Amino acid sequence: MQTKPKALTYLDIFTATVFLASVGMVFFYAPMEAVMGNVQRVFYFHVAVGWVGMLSFFVAAIAGVLYLRSKDRKWDMVAQAAVEIGIVFTFLNIVTGSIWARPIWNTWWTWDPRLTTATIMELIYFAYLMLRQGIEDPERRARFGAVYVILGFVSVPLTFFSARLFRTIHPVVIGTNQPGAEGQFDMTPKMLQTFLFSLFTFTFVFIDLMWHRLRLGRFAEQVEQLKLKLSL
Amino acid sequence: MTFLRATLAVITKDLAGELRSRELLSAMLVFAVTVILIFNFALELDVKTRGTVTAGVLWVTFAFAGSLGLNRSMAIEKDRGCMDGLLLAPVDRSAIYFGKMIGNLLFMLLVEAIVLPLYSILYNINLFQGGFLGVVFLGSLGYVSVGTLLATMTIQTRTRDVLLPILLFPLAIPVIIAAVKASMGYLQGLEAESIRPWLNLLLVYDTVFIAIAFMVFDFVVEE
Repeated sequence: MQTKPKALTYLDIFTATVFLASVGMVFFYAPMEAVMGNVQRVFYFHVAVGWVGMLSFFVAAIAGVLYLRSKDRKWDMVAQAAVEIGIVFTFLNIVTGSIWARPIWNTWWTWDPRLTTATIMELIYFAYLMLRQGIEDPERRARFGAVYVILGFVSVPLTFFSARLFRTIHPVVIGTNQPGAEGQFDMTPKMLQTFLFSLFTFTFVFIDLMWHRLRLGRFAEQVEQLKLKLSL
Repeated sequence: MTFLRATLAVITKDLAGELRSRELLSAMLVFAVTVILIFNFALELDVKTRGTVTAGVLWVTFAFAGSLGLNRSMAIEKDRGCMDGLLLAPVDRSAIYFGKMIGNLLFMLLVEAIVLPLYSILYNINLFQGGFLGVVFLGSLGYVSVGTLLATMTIQTRTRDVLLPILLFPLAIPVIIAAVKASMGYLQGLEAESIRPWLNLLLVYDTVFIAIAFMVFDFVVEE
């Protein structure tokens, strides 16, 4: 059993600090949005957790490709860790969005392309975990997982386009809005700083969680091996 | 050339087997008709609703019947150890994929070829328009191309039949949405301009997923 690496402890402390600073910025530094009021503050973390979700699934797809190329179990571990983190953060993304949508769109949920895509993405990666559960042989599990994670990642943009051909009301804060978007606003410099800082923060949250999850995975593997040794 | 011959051999094998047992096609057909019957009562398919939901009803039916067929077609290979025999053949593995995929596509098209006229008679809708049939083909192709790859995976898992729809449906959503929208466009006689985006999406989906399946099939059957 190796002890926790020093660098990881430092990363924990750093991540916790920037996270607190980021919460502080969202509540005290960023100005109140004129039309929507305080509920707009959810935006900073809403986009940041969404970013982590996408980043995770992207990392998982890359790890899938690398696994198929190298057959190195390490990449399978990375893909699984990333998918688990991605599922949690995409869920947070949906929940924070709902909280914002209730007062602004006057509904918790609407079948908007982004919302639909996020939901289907969740389903794809749940299916990934179920696929893994159905296979005992670790080598085959890794292989099939890698294939599915690649397929899933490719289908996400297609799902988005297929849903986007319908009308959208989701605001696009960065870039040009579609006509009909509701809840649109322009960022002031302070808002932009807060927004970029929360993206920065959550990227570190992602790295920190990944590291912990990979460590956990290695331990789980060691436990498996010890169990095998004992049963022999 | 050998690639084409191998693909053809797999298709003929599947067709010959099916011609003798007829278990796959009959199951798919009976199932499809039952689903349409259920929709008839669940949605009260009167003249007014028919116009808007026909495309949806048909595609849900095809998707369900299709997943039934995909499961069965791969289970046959696995249960009697035929898959190992196929893999022993000294041909490119992707020929096996294309053989199975085209075989599955033919079964799906056959079921559609029986369900569509039946639906036309039952509900007095003319479904035989060139554009609509083209959409049926493109949609089935996309569905089957992913489905064959996933079915090859799921039959090697513990949960087998349960897993295929769970893996397949979320991935197939773009193709189903596009197929439903394009079919509806043709059935309602919309101008080509508004149908084209959906057709493009279908084409992109088919191309992308056949290409990926072609690349990763080796990893799915490797032992």
